[in-house]
Amino acid sequence: MRNNISAPLELDTHRPQLLRFAMLQLRDESAAEDAVQETLVAALQGAASFSGQSSVRTWLIGILKHKIIDHLRRSSREKPLAPAPDETDTADFDSLFATDGHWAEQPAGWGNPDQTLQQSRFFEALERCLRDLPKSTARAFMMREVMGLESGEICKELQISTSNYWVMLYRARMSLRLCLEQNWFQGDASSRSQT
Amino acid sequence: MKFNLNCKETSRLLSQAQDGGLAFTERLALRIHLRLCDGCTQFSQQLDFLRRAMRAYPGPDSNAEKDNTRG
Ligand SMILES: [Zn+2]
Repeated sequence: MRNNISAPLELDTHRPQLLRFAMLQLRDESAAEDAVQETLVAALQGAASFSGQSSVRTWLIGILKHKIIDHLRRSSREKPLAPAPDETDTADFDSLFATDGHWAEQPAGWGNPDQTLQQSRFFEALERCLRDLPKSTARAFMMREVMGLESGEICKELQISTSNYWVMLYRARMSLRLCLEQNWFQGDASSRSQT
Repeated sequence: MKFNLNCKETSRLLSQAQDGGLAFTERLALRIHLRLCDGCTQFSQQLDFLRRAMRAYPGPDSNAEKDNTRG
C-alpha cells in the first residue's frame, strides 16, 4: 500500500520539524512538546483520513496548526499576553528614515521570489530570523501569517488593542525584513544559487 | 487625514494594509505616494514576498519524495 503511515516510527521522523514549528509560536518547550504529541496521536487515530494528495509532513503540519491554536487560546485565557514596552514602540526603526521621513537607504529588490521560495536554505534563514523576534511579537505575527487568522480575532485572543497589534506586526515585518536582508539577500546566498 | 505621506508613514500604512486596517482615504493616500516613490514600491513588494514566504513556511518538503515512494 502506498502512503502507509500507520507505523508510529514513520510519523516520528517528522517530530523534530514539528517541534521547531511549534516552538517558534509557543516559545515554551513543554507546551510545544504537548502540541506535537497531540498532533501525532491525532494523526495515528486519523491515519485513514490521510488522502495521500499532500505529503505526510504537510498533513501533519495542518493538524499541528490546530493544536497550536488550541494551546494559544487556553494559555491566553490563563495568562494574557503582556508585550514588553519596546514591542509596542517603533522608535528603534527611526534610523531607517531621514529626518524628513524619507528612506535613509532605499529598500532593495529581492530578486526572483519563485526561485527563493524553492530553496530550503532560505527557509532555514527565515526560521532563524523568526526565532529572534520577541515572544509576543512572534505570536501575533505568526497567528496572522502562518495560521491565517483575522486581525480582529487575534486582538481578541491575545487581549491587545488594535493599535498595539498594528505596531507589533509592523515591528515583526520590519525586523524580518532587515534580518533577511542581512542573512540572505545581502549575503549573496540568493544570487549565488541563480548562477 | 493628510494626503502627502512620507516614506515612514507609508511603511506603517503598507503594513497595516496587510491586516485589513486601512480607511478609504488612507488607501488613496498610499496609492498616490506609491506612484511617486520607488523605495516604498520596493518595500511594498518585500512585504508581499514576506507574506508568501510565511504561507510557504516551513518550505519545500525534502521528505515528500521519500513519503511517496514508501509503503
Ligand atoms: Zn516613499
